[in-house]
Amino acid sequence: MKKEIIKVHQPKPAKNRRQFLKLGGLAIAGTGLLMACNNDDDQGSMMPPEGGVFDLGEGDLGVLNYAYALEQLEADFYTKVVNSFYANISDVERQVLTDLYYHEVNHRDFFKTAITAAVEGNVDLVLPTLEFDYGNLDFGNRDQVLATARTLEDTGVAAYNGAGRLISNPDYLVLAGKIVSVEARHASAIRTLINPGSADFAGDDVVTVDTGLDLALDPSDILAAVADTGFVKTEFTANSLP
Amino acid sequence: MNIINFLDDFTTSNLLEGKTSRRDIFGTLGNLGKKAAIAAVPFGLATMPKKTFAQSMDADPVGALQLALTLEYLEDEFYDLALQSGVLPTGRPETVYMQISQHEQAHVDFLIAGLEGAGVTPVSKPTFDFTAGGAFDPFNENGVGQETAYAQLLALAQAFEDTGVRAYKGQAGNLLGSPFLTAALQIHSVEARHASEIRRLRGLKGWITNNERGAGMPEATQAVYNGEENVMQGGLDVTTLGSGDAFGMAASTEAYDEPISGDAAVSIASLFIVEE
Repeated sequence: MKKEIIKVHQPKPAKNRRQFLKLGGLAIAGTGLLMACNNDDDQGSMMPPEGGVFDLGEGDLGVLNYAYALEQLEADFYTKVVNSFYANISDVERQVLTDLYYHEVNHRDFFKTAITAAVEGNVDLVLPTLEFDYGNLDFGNRDQVLATARTLEDTGVAAYNGAGRLISNPDYLVLAGKIVSVEARHASAIRTLINPGSADFAGDDVVTVDTGLDLALDPSDILAAVADTGFVKTEFTANSLP
Repeated sequence: MNIINFLDDFTTSNLLEGKTSRRDIFGTLGNLGKKAAIAAVPFGLATMPKKTFAQSMDADPVGALQLALTLEYLEDEFYDLALQSGVLPTGRPETVYMQISQHEQAHVDFLIAGLEGAGVTPVSKPTFDFTAGGAFDPFNENGVGQETAYAQLLALAQAFEDTGVRAYKGQAGNLLGSPFLTAALQIHSVEARHASEIRRLRGLKGWITNNERGAGMPEATQAVYNGEENVMQGGLDVTTLGSGDAFGMAASTEAYDEPISGDAAVSIASLFIVEE
């Protein structure tokens, strides 16, 4: 029994994935586009130019663009959070959310510059700046903001953990490692803000009790969940990532 | 020397007696009085034949896992003893330590199973001394008092968790292409969740600013934080990517955790391992 524990793929029941990635209890009307499937233009959103849907690419480039997409989402979300903090925010919450804003903006701009350098300036290979729309998410509502932050941070952790094995270049692997542990520190802090004094910082919903392992998910699972939020308005595909 | 023999030796006195024995180090410190000793415990000073270590450890997934197991043994026993000590206040501290303890136990079991599954004998559990030769009294066994003991319990937990994050990261390259990589990453992020919570329990930010060990941390723990001030990521100075606080030194160092080498991790752990 024990010998089966370590596997390349995390054998996580699909049910738990969905629970984890859902914005628990929040009624967020997703009007976003599905990323790899059909268009959804019933909100009059801009259609991409013919044949202009960006694909993240394959191999290390694909993983870097994938990380860049997630960091764009996080950075954009926290930018909106800090530009209109919910009422009566505590000093600690303001400090945490401001730091997360700084960190994610730094990550986002790092990936943009690093990927551009990696493809020697061929910007056609760099994920474009994405557009976001948070639908009915109320940035004035503490519970909604923190729940969304928790989801984004936990998603980031699961995404980087799942993407590590897709990376060939050891320098990129270490870079992903440098960032994922910061995302995990964020997730821990947000979770404690939501439920002070609890074990939620590394709760049983994200850390498997028997193994002590955090989540690790493939890009397809992560991107499907992100698409479900409806936050991302710009279509892109990940045809060469698992 | 193969890696298994090496790590077996590492759990005994052989390596630590290479130049200066650990007892000598603490014997010297003993003359300075307890308070001075706490400030001067030489994290990172344990003498190691680094060349041997590097040759044995680098580019070896098994070595990476054996190092990980050694660190998990240390954490697991530390949290067990902390919970038994009666030093931890009930409420948040006890809840937090219980959850972390459960994970560290699971990590030990998981790594043993993984190594055995790969046909490798797991490194045996060392004998630990969390007083570091009398410098600390985290379980209040020597009468330092509940308040000081609790402060030391928190400080040691922070040092162990932040070390764990850096150590796993430092082994990622050795696990590239190995079936153990994903699991190691999954443990790595759990250690980071722990680190953040312990730091916040101590009143610090959950992330590391520059190379600051943080208020109340003994100077001896500085080796855990040296190098965290790095701002060069993938050949880019991230402080130059933009303007504003997101690209200041504080945010630019907080946003990226830095790895440590296997021998740096061993040097830190060695201070809490008893010669036999």
